[in-house]
Amino acid sequence: MSHANGQYRTPLKRARGLGSGKTGTGHFWWQRVTAVFLVFLMAWLVGVLVSLVGADLETARATIARPWNAIVLAFAAVVLFWHAKLGVQVVIEDYVHTRAVEIALQLLVTLACALGALASLYAIGRIALMA
Amino acid sequence: MATRERPLSPHLQVYRWQITMTMSIIHRATGIALTVGAFGLVAWLLAVAAGGEYYACFADCIASPLGQVVLFAFSASLVYHLLNGIRHLLWDAGWGFEIPEFYRSGWTVAVLTVVFTALIWVAATHGGAA
Repeated sequence: MSHANGQYRTPLKRARGLGSGKTGTGHFWWQRVTAVFLVFLMAWLVGVLVSLVGADLETARATIARPWNAIVLAFAAVVLFWHAKLGVQVVIEDYVHTRAVEIALQLLVTLACALGALASLYAIGRIALMA
Repeated sequence: MATRERPLSPHLQVYRWQITMTMSIIHRATGIALTVGAFGLVAWLLAVAAGGEYYACFADCIASPLGQVVLFAFSASLVYHLLNGIRHLLWDAGWGFEIPEFYRSGWTVAVLTVVFTALIWVAATHGGAA
């Protein structure tokens, strides 16, 4: 039975009812969605990279500039950095216990992953349009 | 509010070694490594876009002994994380929760990582653009 007496009130009791902020499963779900895509995208990318071993600049550009390659590569870059951001976020949450440092790292990782994805899109776009 | 000592779960040092714990740790480690490696991929794309001396510099970098070691670590990490990621997805689907299945799937991933990484490097050194 629930006693009003604060002595018996545990942290769990206080947390109950606060809910997930409505995005509690969002992180879990998107990590899995991006993972499923990446299984195929990374297998494909390894194939492309292996085919470009020792390739000269023109061959590399022509391969990336092929319409489907450019589109799939752009998609892969976005999904890859999204998945990376979600993963590193959890590692930071688990191991960094100083709140200020944790928030700083989360901001840094988010920024780095966003820039990584944007820089990839910029490069792919430039390569695709120069052909 | 009562701030009583809550029980702590037993930590790493009290368990005997099992492949499952190693796989779990390596999955995280390779995840971090691949995040760093993803920026290498960005560098490659930017080098191809910029061309000229940038591409030549990047090509020299990955052809150097250190570059090859990094590239090998990157490829092995990718294969491991991808295969073990499939293992995680199967768990999420409710498959493979019997103890013997944990061990079997773990060793399967370990062996396939070696096999696929070797295949990639055989293909890379014997096939390629040539």
